[in-house]
Amino acid sequence: MAVISYREALNQAMREEMERDASVFIMGEEVGYYNGAYKVTQGLLQRFSERRVVDAPIAEMGFAGIGVGAAMVGLRPIIEFMTFNFSLVAIDQIVNNAAKIFQMSGGQYNVPIVFRGPGGPAVQVGSQHSQSLESYYAHVPGLKVVMPSTALDAKGLLKSAIRDDNPVVFIEGETLYNTTWDVPEAANGDGDLIPLGVADVKREGKDVTLIAWSKMVWTCLDAAKQLAAEGIECEVVDPRTLRPLDVATLAASVQKTGRCVVVEVGWPVAGFGAEVAYQMQKHCIDALDAPIERVTSDDVPMPYAKNLEDEVQPQPKDVVAAVKRVLYLE
Amino acid sequence: MVRPVVTASQSTPDKRIEPDAPELVETTSAELGPLYRQMLAIRRMEEASAKAYSQGKIGGFLHLIIGQEAVCVGAIASLRPEDYVVATYREHGHAYAKGVSARAIMAELYGKKTGCVKGLGGSMHIFDKSKNFLGGYGIVGGHVPIAAGAAFASKYRNDGRVTLCFFGEGASTIGGFAEGLALAALWKLPVVLICENNQYSMGTPLYRSLAVEDVSLRALAHGMPRDRFDGDDVVKVKRRIAEAVERARTTGEPTLIEVVTYRFRGHSMSDPGLYRTKDEVEEWKRRDPLGRCRQRLLDVGMPEGELTSLEDDVRAEIEDAVKFAEESPAADEYLPYVVKE
Repeated sequence: MAVISYREALNQAMREEMERDASVFIMGEEVGYYNGAYKVTQGLLQRFSERRVVDAPIAEMGFAGIGVGAAMVGLRPIIEFMTFNFSLVAIDQIVNNAAKIFQMSGGQYNVPIVFRGPGGPAVQVGSQHSQSLESYYAHVPGLKVVMPSTALDAKGLLKSAIRDDNPVVFIEGETLYNTTWDVPEAANGDGDLIPLGVADVKREGKDVTLIAWSKMVWTCLDAAKQLAAEGIECEVVDPRTLRPLDVATLAASVQKTGRCVVVEVGWPVAGFGAEVAYQMQKHCIDALDAPIERVTSDDVPMPYAKNLEDEVQPQPKDVVAAVKRVLYLE
Repeated sequence: MVRPVVTASQSTPDKRIEPDAPELVETTSAELGPLYRQMLAIRRMEEASAKAYSQGKIGGFLHLIIGQEAVCVGAIASLRPEDYVVATYREHGHAYAKGVSARAIMAELYGKKTGCVKGLGGSMHIFDKSKNFLGGYGIVGGHVPIAAGAAFASKYRNDGRVTLCFFGEGASTIGGFAEGLALAALWKLPVVLICENNQYSMGTPLYRSLAVEDVSLRALAHGMPRDRFDGDDVVKVKRRIAEAVERARTTGEPTLIEVVTYRFRGHSMSDPGLYRTKDEVEEWKRRDPLGRCRQRLLDVGMPEGELTSLEDDVRAEIEDAVKFAEESPAADEYLPYVVKE
């Protein structure tokens, strides 16, 4: 085992898949000579040359579409968005083309492509750079949506995403790049692959189920630690993949604890957590001892000032309060 | 209407698009016969689908290419089977010219299981992987980057294939076109971008959509070769596009080509075309590339009897396609086509 960062894990995943399969290439802004705006592609240009690590000009719609076309005829592109906020100018390619070509072609053409990059709020980057867009993409049949919370998951899930025969929207936590985790040293092997669509219990507990993904897993683990000191044991379940969603694993936990809080950093209205809450009430109605709670960011564009930014986003104290509500402790 | 001043001589719009250009491209009946056959089959297929639409047998949007047949037929005639074609929602003709059968197209329009995409796509989404026909796309201009992507793959693999991308002049104002063009030029992707300028972006004439009514000029900003000519003569279309295809195949260099043409029908079946005068439409009908091609075929020596027999053959092919579509089973599944397992 080696302790590596989330950033290194992603880099290793791409490096190993590019070694393994000559049809895999990376394209995006600053991915080559600059080594990535967040240094996720560090060193890949030197290893794989300009042919496979392609610096693109600022034209997300253009290079996302080039990825789709290349994937249709057999390549496996990894399209990096400098941040997922910029994916909005390419969303026509993702939603109208990548997600639909398998269906529109009656199953003749599939689109094995990964759209990846950081998403979710970072630190004081203002409203246009602080959005959680997973609900947009999770809404669309034909896409898979992956949001790893740890370095271990990031590596195993990205490798699976690259090998998947469908378009995968792979949203990295912008504030998670420096977080570390024990990752097995299984370079080039398949031992570290993590299948898409399988949830993971990040902490076991008997009293309340916390469902969260990406950065909010860490927020929930913090909250769980505080609550443990008060004798409340939270189970933290990370779906890791929002589409397809591993309803069975989430529901098994809720059936065990009888209480559920869904935590996301996105906005409340039509947020993905609403779908999770619906699925849990549908599958666990007889086991529930309290209405399901949601914790989300406030329903506002993200403010810049640090104190306001913290206030808008879910903090461990907000999760603690929600847990106490479902336990009828307040 | 004040026209913008163009100073560079290279930027002067090509005069060859004026009506009744007396240019005659050398050809033979051996070359022209198959081109005429394809154009006629497309015309008859479009007429048959219009009829079926009016009978309620075809639904949704139906965009006919009647009047523009020489462009797709001439352009695709310059390709090899392994080359790719990416087209718009007005793509029945392009699909047919690339080798997709009239049966598969007509059955798709009817929404049948035997359609080329199993009744999941309809008129706007004809695909055929076996013919390297990468599809018909319904979002204007959004397919231009896809064509550049297929060309990127050809460059990546050095497989010598060329991609043709068709779009209307109405697509030249949207970002997908601008970005696809810019990246194709920057990376020298072997794609030929063909603007089928039928002069109306739905109901809006060119002069109300474009500050400069010459789409091919966009190539200049990217140092890309360009060409511009009329789409009346299928042989001319074939020759001129073949030059660009050859350039793409041998040097990887893309070209932007504008072919000026005219659709005789409305934008779609629901459009009566009230934005054009009857005189204008009649003038263009006198230039009908199909009639012109037929006359040329006689001029270069095809016997009348041979021509009639070819036309009978086409009639039978399209009648058979309609019968096949009518009699085919209804589309019956959609769940297996969301993601590839």
